[in-house]
Amino acid sequence: MSNPGHIVTSYEQELNQLRGLMARMGGLVESQTAHAIQAILEHNPEAAQMAMEQDPEVDALEREVEARAIKMLALRAPMAQDLREIVSALKVTSDLERIGDYAANVAKRSLRLGTAGADISLGGLRNMGRLVQEGLRLAIDALGQNDKDKALDVWRSDKAVDEIYTAMFRELVTYMMEDPRNIGACTHLLFIAKNLERIGDHATNIAERVHYAVTGEMLPPARPRGGFTPEATP
Amino acid sequence: MSLWRRHGFGNALLPDRRRPARDWSPPDPPPPASSPPGLPPPDPSLPGWSLPLLLDLLPHPVVALAPGRLVRHANGAAQALLGDALPALLRHPILVQALDRLDGASVESVDLAMDVPVRRVLRVALRADRRAGSGLVLLSLSDRTEQDAVERMRADFVANASHELRTPLASLIGFIETLQGPAADDAPARVRFLAIMEAQAARMARLIDNLLSLSRIQMHEHRRPDGSVPPAPLLRRVADAHEPQLRAAGSTLAVDIADGLPPMAADPDQLAQVLHNLLDNAIKYARGPARIVLRAEAAQAGSGPSQGGVVLSVSDDGPGIAPQHLPRLTERFYRADDGPGARTGSGLGLAIVKHIVGRHGGRLSIESTPGQGTCVSVWLPVRPHGT
Repeated sequence: MSNPGHIVTSYEQELNQLRGLMARMGGLVESQTAHAIQAILEHNPEAAQMAMEQDPEVDALEREVEARAIKMLALRAPMAQDLREIVSALKVTSDLERIGDYAANVAKRSLRLGTAGADISLGGLRNMGRLVQEGLRLAIDALGQNDKDKALDVWRSDKAVDEIYTAMFRELVTYMMEDPRNIGACTHLLFIAKNLERIGDHATNIAERVHYAVTGEMLPPARPRGGFTPEATP
Repeated sequence: MSLWRRHGFGNALLPDRRRPARDWSPPDPPPPASSPPGLPPPDPSLPGWSLPLLLDLLPHPVVALAPGRLVRHANGAAQALLGDALPALLRHPILVQALDRLDGASVESVDLAMDVPVRRVLRVALRADRRAGSGLVLLSLSDRTEQDAVERMRADFVANASHELRTPLASLIGFIETLQGPAADDAPARVRFLAIMEAQAARMARLIDNLLSLSRIQMHEHRRPDGSVPPAPLLRRVADAHEPQLRAAGSTLAVDIADGLPPMAADPDQLAQVLHNLLDNAIKYARGPARIVLRAEAAQAGSGPSQGGVVLSVSDDGPGIAPQHLPRLTERFYRADDGPGARTGSGLGLAIVKHIVGRHGGRLSIESTPGQGTCVSVWLPVRPHGT
């Protein structure tokens, strides 16, 4: 932060600890998401296990962040950007926790899916996974660096995830109509795609909160369309 | 050794494993100027050494962490290796856990992978200064992305090649059998079949070329290009190279380059390949005479990433692409439909474009309206001044 230091140095330390915890939580859910996506794309049960095993730690971190933030609000009565940052931390931590839940759910479904969907093309899911991971990384970077420009980048790029989700939905429904034996696998894949799309939404929420914490201005409820959204990149 | 001590450096900065980390003595008093044999006495008028300066001189990527795990300094090699992925590395659970464990030991080494923006595999060796209250940790990074990429590539190549080569190979075998058997004496059929066989064989050769080229690009995707490319000459060169193809298709190409564009941070050959592939597609999928425009302009504020950029675009007035195909066009072997282009293409052109753009830290955008045309644009970062 570019603020001049706080008079009470332990306050500064508390803020830094809070930021450290958020970064740690961010790193965990990023890795959970990466494992979950690996679990589906490579039919890798070990990766699925890892994603699920990280969930309790994320939950514990959420409780800790919450407790610390509430304590700081009560004892330090922060103002202006500090107040916004701490209140945003409370909200961001629950976004991160939800992302962790969705990732764990994707991992669980990948286990149930097993190799049932082996002949269904996972290209769309691979693309979507990359986009979601990229958005999540940028959102957590923006959070760690209080960077409003990065936050705006995330906010603008969510459209690509939505589009690819719609394309996948259509494709999976076609598979189901072609051969009813695909219905089981395709239903799991549909939920997996939906969960990834939700992860993207929560990453966008985080970006919105970072923008608010830094500038004090809420982003408009409707996201812009067009412009340079990463069109199904990597 | 005495040289280090003279400038106030402790052992903590020395990657010297012979010296146990516990052995912590205060810096020796400056030795007499004549003591290091063969070294001139230090010149007091020269600037002193600092930790960042010394680390920057190291050819090896190193990150120094201060107490609280804040970055004290990432040297030039580390910045070149990681780019803006440094925060993502520092919050990686594997590294965080290793840092937690460091309390008990001063040496630790972990392997970790990061998926985005491009896949990186790193081995991080951690060395901690164990003096109370020091909190100094050195992370020494080695890049293992290429080894990892080679492993993955082999698997990918086998899967893609076996799958995509099977169809043309099967038809080739079928024609050969026909020529050996029923059509052995049928001259007109032989001419026709040989032409088809030639086309199929050429397609297989193209496919293998493209797969290899894609593999090569992916292998170096984690390394940002260090070239500097002015847009105008590149666009003109690519446009000239497509002259014969344009004439054969009856299409026209207009080149529109804005004035005063800064050079792009790019690899000139790869960028030329991007434009080649995009122009190829525009000519091929327009199905008949089309008006194609190759354009370079400065990126508008708010339309792309926040830093400065140049947008290169190829637009045509061909039949366009249905919206449901747009998000998936850059997947390998994805074909929007069975038009004439689909049979001759390798299905890898846009995948190659995507990976090159990814390596450059750029953005790719495809917009299309059925019946009106398609516009593919690539946002690329400009080369900052003085680099």
